[in-house]
Amino acid sequence: MEIDRKLLEHVAEVARLKLTDEEIKKFLPQLKEALEFFSQLQEINTNGVKPSFQPVEIKNAMREDFEKKCLSQDEALSLTEHKKDGYFKGPRAV
Amino acid sequence: MNVPEFVEKIRKNEINIVEHTEKIIEECRKINKEYNYFNTISDGLALKQAHEIKKLIKNKDKSIQNKRLLGVAVSAKDSICVKGVESTAGSRILKGYRPLFNATVIEKVISEGGIIIGKTSQDEFGFGSFSVFSWFGTPKNPFDKERSCGGSSGGPAGIAKKANFPHISLGESTGGSIAAPASFCDVFGLTPTYGRNSRYGLIDYGNSLDKVGAIGKSCYDAALLQEAIAGHDPNDSTSLNAPADDYTEIMEKPVKGMKIGIIKEAFGKGNDKSVEKYVNEGIDRLKEEGAEFEEISLDLPIKYGLATYYMIATSEASTNLAKYCGMRYGAVEKLEGSFNEYFTKVRSANLGDEAKRRIIMGTFARMSGFRDAYYIKAMKVRTLIINEYKKAFRKFDALVSPSVPILPPKFSEIEKLTPLQNYMMDIMLVSPNIAGLPHLSVPVGYEKNLPVGMLLTGDHLQEGKLLQLGSVFER
Repeated sequence: MEIDRKLLEHVAEVARLKLTDEEIKKFLPQLKEALEFFSQLQEINTNGVKPSFQPVEIKNAMREDFEKKCLSQDEALSLTEHKKDGYFKGPRAV
Repeated sequence: MNVPEFVEKIRKNEINIVEHTEKIIEECRKINKEYNYFNTISDGLALKQAHEIKKLIKNKDKSIQNKRLLGVAVSAKDSICVKGVESTAGSRILKGYRPLFNATVIEKVISEGGIIIGKTSQDEFGFGSFSVFSWFGTPKNPFDKERSCGGSSGGPAGIAKKANFPHISLGESTGGSIAAPASFCDVFGLTPTYGRNSRYGLIDYGNSLDKVGAIGKSCYDAALLQEAIAGHDPNDSTSLNAPADDYTEIMEKPVKGMKIGIIKEAFGKGNDKSVEKYVNEGIDRLKEEGAEFEEISLDLPIKYGLATYYMIATSEASTNLAKYCGMRYGAVEKLEGSFNEYFTKVRSANLGDEAKRRIIMGTFARMSGFRDAYYIKAMKVRTLIINEYKKAFRKFDALVSPSVPILPPKFSEIEKLTPLQNYMMDIMLVSPNIAGLPHLSVPVGYEKNLPVGMLLTGDHLQEGKLLQLGSVFER
């Protein structure tokens, strides 16, 4: 799969990034080179092989269901300037 | 003075821990001016801890007998959260972020009496092999300031070498970020089995790959810190439930009769000749101690490790970094436009080039239409890589290769590399990381006053065997 300017801009948009013209010029050949190299994975026969989403098998990691102390509302809000009436504040939705 | 001697003197009240801590903070400031190993020096926290320890000693509190790191300075890679201390993971998008909690490994270090002296420099979110992709300055090699410390734990490895006081570093590896800088800085870097040490409070890069590990001037230091931080953590659902070993005891055992596989594909083409020379000397050294060697072919991990790693790591990074959007914590911009416009503005202005490249690659690999061919394919190849290693460990206690194929390069040489050429530096290191296998970089020699590291890779949870072999190279 060849990555072109249109696809790069689309992928960036999906990832919530706006690239400048300069960035596109710089990234496009770099990403082409890297993705072409990564395509070598297609050479490997993986028929019937299960994917490993973890390197070691971990099963049913449950904890006891009990109440735990958590951050207070004030603490949770303490790391941003965008807040109002005890809530995080975002841009206008409508 | 080495770490155990120092701890003993502190216990006996022969050293004033507060004065000592003040002195080393001053020393760190001095080193930092020249070498840039710290993003933040946490003098307030360190002195508070020192006063607490002084009180325990004055009161002859029984707990001091059991604290394995009593008074020892410990630095933490910037991606490891320390309560109230700026923790940026090297990224401008986290500038000013002061976590409200400690990472579990930090809690453990503090409860063992270790003093947290600061947050060390790294590539942004761990995205790099040379620590040159940071918003807060590049750490310089302790042997030559024109050269790289390696990455992404460049600051942790640099200060581990340069500190002239008892000190151990907490590093982190996703695809080689402990072993590579350990090799370039002439120190012992232990990456543990995936899940052996808690990831709670570690700022993610790739969640199925990230491991916190110890970097020490001596093999003992690395073993001691690993011993202090290992173990199950209910706050990390991927943490392993197996009991942790007494690494400092195991490492004392002789290596006679241990079987080591020499990875055939890791020698010859592509290596700097001097790197191979010193790794071969390291192998001879282990032979003298009675370890037995045999060649083994690991074609798949060496040939396809890089592509597999970068597909998995960038895919995971692209989702893990989605949370940096200018809400709740981290960098903010003026609130205007739609949510998507606001998120895009914050991210575009505050993430670096390499972070953007990796987010784009990872988003691409996970997108409908490409997902099966890239992301799922890489996860399947990962299974084959794990199987190949598991087969090797039926026969061998450890595998050996160079840690990095080259000597520490000059920054002027690194500038000329394309991103793909940059990624190639991790060729020996990505596969043990993909398979979650523990590995130890051991200093084995110097070429023209530049250090060379040898990589020992072990089976899951066999950190002890690696430290046993590493202790042969103890200083």
